[in-house]
Amino acid sequence: MQGLLTTFQLAVIAISGGMILGVLVGMGRLSSRVCVYYPATVFVNFLRSIPLILVIFWFYFLVPILAGRPLGDFLSAAIAFIVFEASYFAEIIRAGIQSIPKGQLQAAYSTGLNYPKTMRYIIIPQALKNMIPSLLTQSVIILQDTSLAYVIGLKEFLRSGSIVDAREVRSLEIYTFVGIVYFLICFSMSTLSKRWEAKKGAVR
Amino acid sequence: MLAYEFRWSVLWEQPYGLWMLEGIWTTIKLGLISWVFALLLGIIVGTCRVTPWRPLRLLATAYTEFFRDIPLLVQLFFWYFAAPRVLPAPIEQYLYRQVPQAEFWIVVIALSIYTSSRVAEQIRSGMQSIPVDQFHAALSTGLTYLQMYRYVTIPLAIRIMIPPLTAEFLTIFKNTSLAMTVGVLEATFMSQQIEAYTFRGLEATTGACLVYLAITMMVVFFMGIVEKRLAVPGLIARGR
Repeated sequence: MQGLLTTFQLAVIAISGGMILGVLVGMGRLSSRVCVYYPATVFVNFLRSIPLILVIFWFYFLVPILAGRPLGDFLSAAIAFIVFEASYFAEIIRAGIQSIPKGQLQAAYSTGLNYPKTMRYIIIPQALKNMIPSLLTQSVIILQDTSLAYVIGLKEFLRSGSIVDAREVRSLEIYTFVGIVYFLICFSMSTLSKRWEAKKGAVR
Repeated sequence: MLAYEFRWSVLWEQPYGLWMLEGIWTTIKLGLISWVFALLLGIIVGTCRVTPWRPLRLLATAYTEFFRDIPLLVQLFFWYFAAPRVLPAPIEQYLYRQVPQAEFWIVVIALSIYTSSRVAEQIRSGMQSIPVDQFHAALSTGLTYLQMYRYVTIPLAIRIMIPPLTAEFLTIFKNTSLAMTVGVLEATFMSQQIEAYTFRGLEATTGACLVYLAITMMVVFFMGIVEKRLAVPGLIARGR
């Protein structure tokens, strides 16, 4: 069961890290400056079109080279997840910001707020409200995605399941159990997000 | 300065280049075959989710929720390691030892079922975007329910659903990379095998990334054309 804890740790790191990076990149995608817009767009499109498993491998090989020494499975997996999920968050955030009517932006400017303040006080809070359902859905997906850290040997939930399987040779029970646990967690989270969506409604 | 010398030639030197090509071919085969099954299954389940008959609807909803909420890798392991155990021992032996490329077909099963639940979701939302009047109109001309779905609703819905289905198609391509975990020799597996032989992990992985990137970009480009050709007149196009 130690594995489940690792799964959660990884998911929380990926969600929070990915969110922060995602907000920056998402705003970059909306920037009118070419030197900000293009790198952000390339970043998002590139990462969204390669499988996560390759991103994990890639960082698994890259990080030790950059750092000059091995840093361990968990850290390189965490970095891979943050970078990968940031590209998905960035798209959600871009769509969320674009869902806010332009009038809000103009109104904010006309009261004398500058760009960072407008974003901080007017646009982001409203956009966030619209984005919450998609953000929750993405968080569920991230939790599922953490199972891919299996491939670099990180002892998360699935890997611990397969280790037990190797000792006890009870594949059917173990993988059914792992599946049901994931199902319960993800199903309750997605039900929660649906309820939230129904209750709040979108800001138009 | 990086203390690392790149040697990109591992991507085309023999025999590694050949491995890579074989891997790409397997990836494409895997993606396309699974996609056909996933689409068929997804259309059936997705249509069931909007039928007026309640038990069928509940069953289809349970199916989509269940398979969407379990990570693909876990499902894959279930089908590969666990499910054959249910079979009687001789059949299990036969499956593992005799059937050529058993793991390939197991991955096809897992991928199709997983993706079909996601496709079903898209189909459902596509169907629900069609005004109810269309259904009534179709029924009032004397079509049966089956005919209505076959001739009116599904053709219309499919055209509306092309963009989300393209995204699902790309997802299935990316998900084929998970097949490496059960030993299918596709592109990701091959890149890791090259790594195992040459210790050039970064180059091999980058090469595999570029392969997926190229496939994705081709599909996006091609589907962009299809989307334009098949756009339903009168609806707001997803313009940019």
